[in-house]
Amino acid sequence: MNAATKNIDSFLDREYSAGFVTDLESDSLPKGLSEATVRAISAKKHEPAFMLEWRLEAYRHWLTMTPPHWAQVGFPAIDFQDIVYYAAPKQKKDGPRSLDEVDPELLRTYEKLGVPLHERARLAGVVAVDAVFDSVSVGTTFQKQLAEKGIIFCSFSEAVREHPDLVRQYLGSVVPPGDNFYAALNSAVFSDGSFVYIPKGVRCPMELSTYFRINAQDTGQFERTLIIADEGAHVSYLEGCTAPMRDENQLHAAVVELVALKDARIKYSTVQNWYPGDKDGKGGIYNFVTKRGDCRGDRSHISWTQVETGSAITWKYPSVVLRGDDSVGEFYSVALTNNRQQADTGSKMTHMGRNTRSTIISKGISAGHGSNTFRGLVKVTPKAENARNYTQCDSLLIGEQCAAHTFPTIEAGNPSARVEHEATTSRIGEDQLFYAMQRGLSAEDAVSMIVSGFCKEVFKELPMEFAVEAQNLLGVSLEGSIG
Amino acid sequence: MSQVEIWQDQYRVRAQGLPGATLPWLVTLRERAMERFVAMGWPTRRKEDWHHTSLAFLEGQTFKVPMRGAAPPEESLMGRLREGGAGHWLVFVNGWFNAALSQIGSLPEGATVDTMPQALIGHAERVEAHYGSAEDGGSPAALNAALATDGAYVHLARGVAVEAPIHLVFIATIAEGASHVRNLVIAEDGAEATLVEHYLGTSATATLTNAVTRIHAGADSRITHLKLQQEAEQALHLASIDTQQGRGSVFNSHSLSFGARLARNDITTRFAGEHCETLFNGMYHVDGKRHVDHHTVIDHALPHGVSREYYRGILDGSARGVFSGRIKVAPGAVKSDAMQRADSLLLSRQAEADARPELEIYAADVKCAHGATVGQIDDDSLFYLRARGMDEAHARNLLTYAFAAEALARIGVAPLRNRARAALLARLPGGHLLEELTS
Repeated sequence: MNAATKNIDSFLDREYSAGFVTDLESDSLPKGLSEATVRAISAKKHEPAFMLEWRLEAYRHWLTMTPPHWAQVGFPAIDFQDIVYYAAPKQKKDGPRSLDEVDPELLRTYEKLGVPLHERARLAGVVAVDAVFDSVSVGTTFQKQLAEKGIIFCSFSEAVREHPDLVRQYLGSVVPPGDNFYAALNSAVFSDGSFVYIPKGVRCPMELSTYFRINAQDTGQFERTLIIADEGAHVSYLEGCTAPMRDENQLHAAVVELVALKDARIKYSTVQNWYPGDKDGKGGIYNFVTKRGDCRGDRSHISWTQVETGSAITWKYPSVVLRGDDSVGEFYSVALTNNRQQADTGSKMTHMGRNTRSTIISKGISAGHGSNTFRGLVKVTPKAENARNYTQCDSLLIGEQCAAHTFPTIEAGNPSARVEHEATTSRIGEDQLFYAMQRGLSAEDAVSMIVSGFCKEVFKELPMEFAVEAQNLLGVSLEGSIG
Repeated sequence: MSQVEIWQDQYRVRAQGLPGATLPWLVTLRERAMERFVAMGWPTRRKEDWHHTSLAFLEGQTFKVPMRGAAPPEESLMGRLREGGAGHWLVFVNGWFNAALSQIGSLPEGATVDTMPQALIGHAERVEAHYGSAEDGGSPAALNAALATDGAYVHLARGVAVEAPIHLVFIATIAEGASHVRNLVIAEDGAEATLVEHYLGTSATATLTNAVTRIHAGADSRITHLKLQQEAEQALHLASIDTQQGRGSVFNSHSLSFGARLARNDITTRFAGEHCETLFNGMYHVDGKRHVDHHTVIDHALPHGVSREYYRGILDGSARGVFSGRIKVAPGAVKSDAMQRADSLLLSRQAEADARPELEIYAADVKCAHGATVGQIDDDSLFYLRARGMDEAHARNLLTYAFAAEALARIGVAPLRNRARAALLARLPGGHLLEELTS
């Protein structure tokens, strides 16, 4: 092992910084899942009858399903009876009316994480935040300013109570309750999440953001996000996640649905930094997420950008259904696996309308014993005239024990389709490292620089606030990985 | 009767009459393989490997393993096929060797070209060592292991080079006939040979070909394999070609598929030594309701392997083309260099192309890339030709030919390249016009 390798090794050994636990009393249901659990969750949230019915139907459907096994990931079977399906920080009576009433301990947690929850944090940047702690949303900022423009940005529970018609119309219309095993589970027991509605012709004046945190032990987090951009509306949405360090694995099975009507534009960015487990793969979050956007109207545009550095196992495929004519779908992803992390991620673009376009750019980085898989599907249905897709997925290998896989599928059913896929896999070149170090950079900086360069195409898609965070995260997550 | 029962029945009736039925190892292998087929049945679309190819239409379809010598093809067929070309010819009709149509020329010392039943008598030990096991491949391969009636046996001793191509011709002539053929090629260190597998049919009703070819390429050997599939319209063609490569060996596989209602080719090679090289070159042109599926696996099991893979598909009518290519790089297989391309051309509104280029990599110091495209004939190119006075249909055919020609150019052996070219031109409308233009 040469000096450079050693440096890189130590660089890759840095620790997870969001791994603290907040000591809060929580109000939770006992472990286990049954129809009673579903009813209890619905009751706790004072939901209207249609929601309960919807949940129960999903639950009954879930009972008939078996967990999928096709992904390139390995983990022991999950005991779905050993999970707490609802945990909320204990609240004074009816819960806080404004952020001032939120438990200060909770606010401090978010402060520690660098999430500007308090409205005075306006100075920190113009971002409206909905923070979800374990199972419930604890506060949404800037609601008033947004409401002036007719924008609804609130927790999912609030939306169910205040805007039941919208929820009823769109919930499950992109990801049906029985879509897949984990989406069905989520539909049955989801506890909270964010809801966004941008009215016709409105451009959301600020970035909207949700910050998810799993705190309580043995809890599963099942949040649901629904974003609707009405005709001509524009919105950019950010999502961030962390969890404390624990030896047990925790399940996170979320569903995100995006609906873009005519001429609407949704940009959804994620920086996922759930606890990845320790060096030997003990603990960490199982991140099994269903994300799908529906370009329902003509000329609509949905763009997914994700930076996946956390979680023991990541399993998600943000997808776009290009239904409207001239609609556009995009997917930009950086997925990093270090130590024993496993990621099986990618995107699905379904071309249905005419002149639809999609782009998939995926950058996978495997280090240590990490395993990184890109899995994608580009489907052009027979009626999708002039569909265009460009897919590029590159893998960067660091260290001798890691794995990188690429499994794209193309199904082209229309002769006017033009579909292109390109993929490369290579290691960080010794000559690249040598070149950088010869100019006085440390091995650490050299690797960092090479990795940043490798991910540039994705990072430039991220909003400013996130781009910086993502870059730093990548540095931290890579620590100890070069061999 | 269900599909499984049909084959169980066939097995009961035919097992005693299969070659080598007195060899205990072979009997055990057949029993086990049959059990495996019974347990699995034909593959369904629920199997990841068969996601894009359905055998559901087989339900209700019966096949019989024909008797030896039944329904021989007219003799002129062979003359047309050979076109005076040199080489050694082994002809199998409905899964049985036909001595009258075959002709093996003079071979250098140390080269053996024979049929499997003969080899099971004369070279039983060597066959046993390389025959494969009941567990190899999917359920069609298991059925083949249980029911294989005949096939070719080629053995090349150390350093022996057979210059003229060895042609294996498989003809299906009998309605509802099932041919299970199993070919074995053993090339010792440094040996060289060119093999051609040629499949065709004359029956207008459904036939089944279920073929397995196993190739053992010793260290530093050079094997070129060309497969030409031109079965009849209602044929079901299932085939696998499995190769093991020794250190420093070179294996070139060319697969050209034009016929059959449904053709599925599983082509795999494994680098069992360092510094192996392989070329997988494929091309298919299908129309009507035909379905052609290539599944390839290149397994870089050991370091310093180089692989190149190019597949080109042309789909017309309501045809469907499936390509799935997996490049595997095992842990520790450093300095592996793999490149794969799969391009499809859609000529009609109803045609479909599915592609799955896959990289599965467990080593860091490697260079791997793949690319896949699907598209139609380029309007600019079309315009260019039309501006020069060519009518549209002709211009389209020329551009289609040009797309496929790249695959032809990779076939290094000239007589084989010409044969492949003739087969392609025969498929293209107005091919005879192109003949002059492109020769």
